[in-house]
Amino acid sequence: MQFLIDNFPLLWDAFLTTLSLSLLAGVLALVLGTALAAFRVSPIPPLRGLSTFYVETFRNTPLTVVFFFIIFGLPQIDFSVGFFTGSVLAVGLYTAAFVCEAVRSGINAVSAGQAEASRAIGLTFGQSLREVVLPQAFRSVVPPLGNVWIAMVKNTSIAAGFAVSELTASMQRLSNANAGELVLVLVAVVVGYMLITLPSAYAISRVERRVAILR
Amino acid sequence: MSAPVLFDVPGPKAQARIRIGSAVGALVVLAIVGFVLLRLAGNDQLDPQRWAVLFDPASGVPQALGEALLRTLQVALVGMVFATLLGLLLAAGRLSDHSWVRIPVTTVIEFFRAIPLLVVIFALFFILPSFGIRLSAYAALTGGLVLYNMAVLAEIFRAGIMSIDKGQREAAFGIGLRKSQVMTLVLLPQAVRRMLPVLIAQLVVLLKDSSLGFIIGYFELLRQARSLVEFFIPRFGDQYTFQLYVGAGLIYIIVNVLLSQLAKYVERRGRRQKATVATEPIRMPDENAPTTTGI
Amino acid sequence: MRITRYAAAVAAAGILMTACSSEAGDTVEEAAEAPELAEEVDFEAGTTMAELAEAGSMTVGTKFDQPGFGLRNPSGVPEGFDVEIAKIIAAELGIAAEDITWTETVSANREQFIENDNVDMVVATYTINDDRKQRIDFAGPYYEAGQDIMVAEGNPLGIEGPEDLAGKNVCSVEGSTPAEEIRTNYPEAQLTLFDVYSKCADALANGQVDAVTTDNVILTGIVAGSPDEFDLVGNPFTQEPYGIGIPKGDDEFRAFINDTLEEAYESGAWAEAWDETAGAISGTDAPEPPAVDRY
Repeated sequence: MQFLIDNFPLLWDAFLTTLSLSLLAGVLALVLGTALAAFRVSPIPPLRGLSTFYVETFRNTPLTVVFFFIIFGLPQIDFSVGFFTGSVLAVGLYTAAFVCEAVRSGINAVSAGQAEASRAIGLTFGQSLREVVLPQAFRSVVPPLGNVWIAMVKNTSIAAGFAVSELTASMQRLSNANAGELVLVLVAVVVGYMLITLPSAYAISRVERRVAILR
Repeated sequence: MSAPVLFDVPGPKAQARIRIGSAVGALVVLAIVGFVLLRLAGNDQLDPQRWAVLFDPASGVPQALGEALLRTLQVALVGMVFATLLGLLLAAGRLSDHSWVRIPVTTVIEFFRAIPLLVVIFALFFILPSFGIRLSAYAALTGGLVLYNMAVLAEIFRAGIMSIDKGQREAAFGIGLRKSQVMTLVLLPQAVRRMLPVLIAQLVVLLKDSSLGFIIGYFELLRQARSLVEFFIPRFGDQYTFQLYVGAGLIYIIVNVLLSQLAKYVERRGRRQKATVATEPIRMPDENAPTTTGI
Repeated sequence: MRITRYAAAVAAAGILMTACSSEAGDTVEEAAEAPELAEEVDFEAGTTMAELAEAGSMTVGTKFDQPGFGLRNPSGVPEGFDVEIAKIIAAELGIAAEDITWTETVSANREQFIENDNVDMVVATYTINDDRKQRIDFAGPYYEAGQDIMVAEGNPLGIEGPEDLAGKNVCSVEGSTPAEEIRTNYPEAQLTLFDVYSKCADALANGQVDAVTTDNVILTGIVAGSPDEFDLVGNPFTQEPYGIGIPKGDDEFRAFINDTLEEAYESGAWAEAWDETAGAISGTDAPEPPAVDRY
């Protein structure tokens, strides 16, 4: 117990780092992913192609490889980013591909009549997407987006290998220094992740029930 | 995309606009690609000699990467088989009528869904030994992948089983089958058939996640690439670093794209045969598009 | 159709690349000459030596990512000074180098591996200290390293020693003694911690960190690979005696290893091992071997 109290500041900092990394990457992924989904259903073929290419590339690449390219690849084209910023970028860009897929499936789930009706009353593509389709789509994608969010929180653990002192890095550090306390270290870190994932899961199911559309 | 519902089929004016937009877009993309290549060339990263290392058998690199790919595939396949079997068991357990089965099974599923795979692998390798259980890096990595993915797959299976038409279940009970028979003879075969594309897509996830073996030193593809980088640094400096990581990344992408294509193919074939399968197209409660499971 | 075309293009590129061979082509070096096997091995029954000699094989834990000490080569075998030392000890037991099973040990699991008998001994840039002696015993030291600092070529920030690191971004490896040293004695320095030194070298080359600190031999190896990118400060500020980890209380085995080390000092086998590994990489002559500590 004393061990945990002694190392509480370290673990708390690590927890906050994981949380802020998740939140920032989450915003990036949500914005970019939604834009990509809009591209994916847009009338302009190159935009559709670009979005498909993006999604297929990121979905099929391990996140660790994405990290390598952002942290050590970007300097090769003379862009250098900090480790935390780089991690936000890596996690955000990677997750955007999954957000895009989730939102797109949501768009597809909106009944065709809605889109046809909005076209019939003369809305443009942008208007019908913004005013009619996306608001409904977002309601039906709350659960898959929630899953993506939880998966993303867990994926931030990979930043441990790239000089970000988040929870998993603190686990490595503490277990190296205190080989006798391995189990305690593990429990502390697992609790740290659950402090984010379990309330998220609960909130998602609440929101899901509230916004669900009965069809 | 046959008849788009979100926009009218563009008329001549709109088509002209789209064509201009396409051209501009293509130019922008080309400009970005050109810029990247220029910068890479400026940093001497495009020197053919530096890329040749990936193909030159005398350097030992192609062999090493090839073997590492095999190890990666092995972990992913073995992990997939066990995760599928355990996932089926867990799904059945979660759908059980007995609360003493349902509650522990649900706890196990939720637990492994809530913690990062990296932490699971780490725990198996470094913490189990304090309880007298020793695992090799291979066993720990495979075990981690199994524990994590069985929980994910259990949820997918549960959704699949629940998506099967109620009539099937009722009819099966009606002709006097027992509970276990209804599950194994009627529900599971239909569910698994419907879920084949999802399973293949999950294999992509396992393949990607095997790269987390780096934390315990399993020599899968990415760790091998890194090890080669470390081997070359004292001899040649960092001149092959970028190339080796790009090489490893491309191998992942190629293998995974092939697998994803296979999943799509199986999905299409399944859809064509829909008439013969008495199920609705599968709708996960938490996932609308079947091929977008893992992340 | 399209896929075959791509495949053809990739294959063609591959052939082209192979045609212009890479500089790394000649890295598969000849293995260092194996130490001479002890011909008559006769140990008192019941000792670890007798057991190992009887078995004719042993398992050694070493690092797989330390240039010059224990580094996995492209064909999967570790090479380096630690590896040669282990071979010398094994040879004294009548065990040939081929009969040694190499297991990767990392900082976090070395004590555990010894306690759980996963390995017979650990030769892995293992600094002797009192904390560790509570759980295991150390033979040796067989080498004394010192922590040093590596900076960008020309030392633009004028870093001459650890005091100059205050406010600077300094890179090291998580879980290593050098990182702890900075953390406790130079808290003003900003630590950037990766899991391996190759990433530190990359970060320094890219200007993402100001300096890299760890044992001087490792740094010398990295500088040797990129002399026009990095400089060594050359001002070691700690003493890190490397020992051989064995199970606690096995005093006979410890005495045996110490005897073997002293013999190797005298016969020149120790210096030869240095010249072939760490010495070859860093271009330094074998130092004076440290006195064995028979506590």
